[in-house]
Amino acid sequence: MMDAGIEDNSNHNFSGYDVRVTDAAQNGDTFVYVIKSQQIPSDTEYRVEREFEDFEWLHHCLLTQEGVTGLHGIIFPPLPAKPGTFLSNSEAKTKKKIESLAMVDDWQMYCRALEEYLHLVTAHTVLIKNPAVHSFLKHRELPIKTKVKKGIFNKLTQAVEELRKEHHKDIDDFFQNERDSNLTLTAFTKAAVEKFLEIVLTEQKIAIACGHFSTALHLGIGQDDDPADYAFAKMCLKLSEVLDTVKKNFEKVAENDLNTLGFNLELHSRFQDAEKEMLFRRTCKLVDVETANKNLGQAKPHKKAAMEDIKKAADKEFDEISGMAKVEIQRYHRERVRAFQKALIELSDSQLQTARECCVELKQQLAEFKQLCAE
Amino acid sequence: MATEREPPPLGDAEQTDFRELEDGEDLFISTASTLESSPTSPEPASHPAEDICANSNGPQPAEISLDDDLEDLFAEATEEVSLDSPEREPILSDEPSPAITPVTPTALVTPRVEPKTIFVPAMFERSKEELEEEANGDSFDMEIVVSDPEKVGDGMNAYMAYKVTTKTSLTIFNENEFSVKRRFSDFLGLHSKLATKYMHIGYIVPPAPEKSIVGMTKVKVGKEDSSSTEFVEKRRAALERYLERTVKHPTLLHDPDVMQFLESSEVFSFNWNIQAANNLDNARLPRAVSTQALSGAGILRMVNKAAEAVNKMTIKMNESDAWFEEKQQQFENLDQQLRKLHTSVESLVCHRKELSVNTAAFAKSAAMLGNSEDHTALSRALSQLAEVEEKIDQLHQEQAYADFYLFAELLSDYVRLLTAVKGVFDQRMKTWQKWQDAQAMLQKKREAESKLQFANKPDKLQQAKDEIREATDDTIRGELSITSRVPVATGVQGNMHSLMVRIPSFRFEDSAMEKGYTVFKIDVLTSGRQHSVEKRYSEFHSLHKKLKKFIKAPEMPSKHVRNWVPKVLEHRRLGLEIYLQSRGYYQSNLAVKWKLSAD
Repeated sequence: MMDAGIEDNSNHNFSGYDVRVTDAAQNGDTFVYVIKSQQIPSDTEYRVEREFEDFEWLHHCLLTQEGVTGLHGIIFPPLPAKPGTFLSNSEAKTKKKIESLAMVDDWQMYCRALEEYLHLVTAHTVLIKNPAVHSFLKHRELPIKTKVKKGIFNKLTQAVEELRKEHHKDIDDFFQNERDSNLTLTAFTKAAVEKFLEIVLTEQKIAIACGHFSTALHLGIGQDDDPADYAFAKMCLKLSEVLDTVKKNFEKVAENDLNTLGFNLELHSRFQDAEKEMLFRRTCKLVDVETANKNLGQAKPHKKAAMEDIKKAADKEFDEISGMAKVEIQRYHRERVRAFQKALIELSDSQLQTARECCVELKQQLAEFKQLCAE
Repeated sequence: MATEREPPPLGDAEQTDFRELEDGEDLFISTASTLESSPTSPEPASHPAEDICANSNGPQPAEISLDDDLEDLFAEATEEVSLDSPEREPILSDEPSPAITPVTPTALVTPRVEPKTIFVPAMFERSKEELEEEANGDSFDMEIVVSDPEKVGDGMNAYMAYKVTTKTSLTIFNENEFSVKRRFSDFLGLHSKLATKYMHIGYIVPPAPEKSIVGMTKVKVGKEDSSSTEFVEKRRAALERYLERTVKHPTLLHDPDVMQFLESSEVFSFNWNIQAANNLDNARLPRAVSTQALSGAGILRMVNKAAEAVNKMTIKMNESDAWFEEKQQQFENLDQQLRKLHTSVESLVCHRKELSVNTAAFAKSAAMLGNSEDHTALSRALSQLAEVEEKIDQLHQEQAYADFYLFAELLSDYVRLLTAVKGVFDQRMKTWQKWQDAQAMLQKKREAESKLQFANKPDKLQQAKDEIREATDDTIRGELSITSRVPVATGVQGNMHSLMVRIPSFRFEDSAMEKGYTVFKIDVLTSGRQHSVEKRYSEFHSLHKKLKKFIKAPEMPSKHVRNWVPKVLEHRRLGLEIYLQSRGYYQSNLAVKWKLSAD
């Protein structure tokens, strides 16, 4: 059983909710997350337990909500990837490559990711209105979930469609630019995430190696009859202490990295994907509109009315989407920059702090070492 | 025994200098002395003070033309006497030293007579600065730098030539500063020469850096990537350390091969079969083909190594000396410990390098992200992040290199040095084996002799007696070299020695019976106690005659002197001192008793 929750009440002042994912416990093979939420005006606090499947259900509900104008223009907050079993620290550190945050560290990181997801959902003015959210947060049991299975067939058709429509020229410059920049940014962000996670992994490996070195120095410290042996033993022990400091430093550094920039980069990599999806949906709609127009132009007179209707519907949808999308995109960029700034500041602060502490300790140990040699 | 120190019949000019040295000597001779006669197992004791004593032992320098005097002494000495060269040096105590100090201070003399250049001039130097150096504890003045690796030649015949620069104030060399070009196989050749000369008598010869076919092929082919430059740099540093260790060993420093290696600008090479002559102007010898990795000699070496390994397993030595057993155990432990440390450090270094690489990659990635970012502030921030990460990357790289050169290489050097030490122990085992064999042979010969006596065959009897005498010689030789811990001890524990002899002075004695003769004062230091006796030349001579029967003896100063100039006495004193010091190696019971006897 793991305890210690994560508190993050600072952001999202315009959400009516204060949501925290406080705990994660293993229940068989799945993990159960404890979610505590509180609607800001009221005092009642709800506590529910959810599994990852519940999150997926929620996400699906959001995507398929009925009766919301321009739903497809919304950039949906991305759900963290499905977690494997949380690798224990040592396992994670021996892995060569890390694909996502889910594999890197222990459950704490993942809980934070889930929490962020819920924050984003509740902060979204449109999404919060979805009753599914409320029931997710409050009700003991969720209504019967239809398993959302994205079969492989679906994926295939989807891929083919994507290829066809992806490069469709946009009528609106704004959106065209957005699509282009999104494309490049996605690629770069993904690369950055990968490299960054590799750094973190290497830092953790170094910490382990320092630990090994430190223990190795303890070997052979036997009887100290010979004065030369004794001096050597003392030196080894001192060096071992120094290495312990270095090890702790590296561990902290890795932790800081993960908590700040790592988290942020990862989130935004996923967000970029979400934006891409949204833009794609809009492009599909655009294609529909154009097809409808074409059809209208080519339609035989008796079908013209029907075509007109379709065209009008398509146009209307498209406009709604575009409208929503514009708003969303602007909001998204604002949020992204803000979040990035926050992450970078936190990274610098925490690393600086860690470095200063380490420096002080190492200086002291250096002085001790010099004294030892002078003896 | 208080001896009156009368200045020898030398010129007036030298008296003042003599007195100066006298003061120096007084500091150290005043210790009380009791006789201790335990010639077989001396306890190792450390006397840093004595090293200075030795230094003050120099013959009085003439105040006038010092250089000329040196020259003269040099010239004369090489004609008259063949001297061995003891040299004493204190431990370098500043560094955090491991349990063994492989760089060996106190001297040991090779039992073989090898004409060597006279060492006296060096003593001149040091006697002037001895008091300051006593504070430093380091009177060794030699600096070797290996630099400027250059690729010579092309294709598969290419090699790297390194410039070896020596800066020294030791006057055994012709100049103060000189440099030569050497290639890697030259270093290996030097090492193999030293090994054949010294290993079997118990010296610990520092091991040379290893051959690396992969590394060298890359360099030969001309790949200009970082791994080959790293390889060259690694090798250069290793060669420098190797040379420094070699010259720190006093005996190896005065080895003619080493000096030729450092000084001679002739194309240097070693031929396995030719014994290195002592002249510094060696003719062009063929290249050190025998050190090539895949040469015939190389394969022969491998076969030999395999045979030795098998031998090691079959020889079960009956270790009679607990000191050796203890030391061997110590070395085993140390070896294991160092190996483990080495692996840990290597993994740390490896990870650091990886981190540096990753950081660099991330920096690039962040830079690209910053470039494609529309929002200007964020873009700037990301670019700055990229810069910072680059700096971090540099730091990590530096740290990795520092770790590598300071720790990893040092540890691996020591591991190899320990292998050399183990080699010495193995030599000892082999010698023991030979001794056992010699004893068995002696036994057989004795039996044969007794048989022959019964059979009454006089001629065969004589032959048998001769054979017995040979066998006895062998056994004694074996026993002596087994019981002598001294070479290993000095290799191991630095400033340890068992027996130290000096002849600080001599005086004239008048006697009624015969015409006046000179008496030499001998100071003997053993296990911390000092004792003095006085002997005249004829007593030395009779000792020499007795010992010659057992052991190959070094040479004595000549008995007959053509021209009795004052300098001759000085020569004789020196010669006798060196003679005695070489005696000390064997700790022959006889010699010790003779020396310490009062009559």
